[in-house]
Amino acid sequence: MLRIKDYSIKKNVHIYHQGGLNIAYDVNSGSLHVLDDHTYGFIEEMRNLQDEDPSMLHAEEKLLTKVGRNLSPTVKKEILLELEELQNQNLLFSSEAEEIEPCYPNPPLIKAICLHVAHDCNLRCRYCFAGTGPFKGRRELMTSETGKRALDFLFKHSGNRRQCEVDFFGGEPLLNMSVIKELISYGKTVARQAGKEIKFTLTTNAVLLDKAIADYLEKEGVSVVLSLDGRKEVNDKMRPFPNGKGSYENIVPQILYFTKLRPSSSPYAVGQYYYVRGTYTRYNTDFYNDVLHMADLGIKRISVEPVIASPDDDYAFREEDIDKIKESYDILGEEVLEYKQKGREFSFFHFNAGLNEGPCLPKRLSGCGAGHEYVAISPDGSIYPCHQFVGQEDYKLGTVYQGNPLKEELVRKFRGAHVYNKEDCRICWARFSCSGGCHAANAAFNGELTKVYSLGCELQKKRLEVAYYLKIKEAQQIETV
Amino acid sequence: MTTHIKTIVKGNLASTIKNGGCGQCQTSCQSACKTSCTVGNQVCEK
Ligand code: SF4
Ligand code: SF4
Repeated sequence: MLRIKDYSIKKNVHIYHQGGLNIAYDVNSGSLHVLDDHTYGFIEEMRNLQDEDPSMLHAEEKLLTKVGRNLSPTVKKEILLELEELQNQNLLFSSEAEEIEPCYPNPPLIKAICLHVAHDCNLRCRYCFAGTGPFKGRRELMTSETGKRALDFLFKHSGNRRQCEVDFFGGEPLLNMSVIKELISYGKTVARQAGKEIKFTLTTNAVLLDKAIADYLEKEGVSVVLSLDGRKEVNDKMRPFPNGKGSYENIVPQILYFTKLRPSSSPYAVGQYYYVRGTYTRYNTDFYNDVLHMADLGIKRISVEPVIASPDDDYAFREEDIDKIKESYDILGEEVLEYKQKGREFSFFHFNAGLNEGPCLPKRLSGCGAGHEYVAISPDGSIYPCHQFVGQEDYKLGTVYQGNPLKEELVRKFRGAHVYNKEDCRICWARFSCSGGCHAANAAFNGELTKVYSLGCELQKKRLEVAYYLKIKEAQQIETV
Repeated sequence: MTTHIKTIVKGNLASTIKNGGCGQCQTSCQSACKTSCTVGNQVCEK
């Protein structure tokens, strides 16, 4: 018999329709199945019954007698047999993962730092979370001395971990290119001495990315994240220069020059890669057109994300935008397939989904690691849990100039903000892929790390549905070849 | 002879709670999205 006593279907088996398919995602195993209409209806009925009458959760026999009355007895029996078989193989209705809290070393092992080498910017993007460069402080650049201290901090606190990651961030990091060069050379030398490997990334608006800088970054193996919002009118509305002029015409040629240097950049952002990333707002809820615009320019690695805004901002999403946004993800999913078929493949970051080959469960529970595996360092050497928290005094963890360890109480707070400590996440089907959302968004919207930002959840879940759908299509295509 | 359900991806995620957690993987917010966390789209370095 199918064992569903005390087994919440809503929490553990997600069924949905996408692109004409009935899909079942088994949360605990990470397996994917395509269901016929009868089976879909059958599971849906069980789930609804459990929802309507919680006592059904404990009464599996009664539940199983109640469901599938519209089916012929033979069909019902067949479905139940198949479900049982899959349950025995732990592929559907599989056993719930044990709720083991992630455990971490003490003192924390820092894997990655985000170096704010410039709290200044040459653009005035309207949605900038850094207040167009200075965050909450002054417009300033990091000195090479502070930068070296920051790298020393990373080497020291990464313990026996081999790989260390450094992201040059801002404001606009290229405003401080001489310091970046010095730090890359310093970082590589010290890493070699310490028997470590250092991976650099740089996130830039591409305004200053001329050929010389592009070639330098290529030569040094720096991964690069380039900002572009898509179509000219969309980009220019939100990403102008201080004089109000749009940035599209200036940056697109430079972005294209750079992306052509790396034709085989990994879609999973490993090794030496590039990604072109944009932000969409309520002004372009049809953002799939922006993604396709970039793909048509020849860009292969694209990421576009929803803006995080306060409800008073004119560009913030409103309730009525949500359906349009979801539809855009649907359309984008189909376009990804179309483009592939036409031999013009590109990848959309949020549609990458690791299932059988993705990260392990401990990683999935703890998410981004902000505040204990990953920290951001401001131009004056202050340490914060991540780039989004920079300048928020309550969240300051320490400075690279003090020998003191990171503020323990804050480290504990960030470590504690994992999936099992968030009421909504514990029972959410997306929990092992989403990992409990972004702490910064949670803090900004609800004042607490453990209360989720619900709009973020809705979009996250939509992206995952499309991502899984694409996995299925991909597998089906391989099969038919 | 499955007729009603077609399994496309076979996962064993729950079992990785035991042997996972080596911590060699990269951090998740570092890469293409600097404003959100999606761990599911990462790769394991093991
Ligand atoms: S943050 Fe939202 S979508 Fe993500 S696991 Fe938690 S409840 Fe689910
Ligand atoms: S808290 Fe949010 S913005 Fe900060 S590192 Fe984590 S996911 Fe990224």
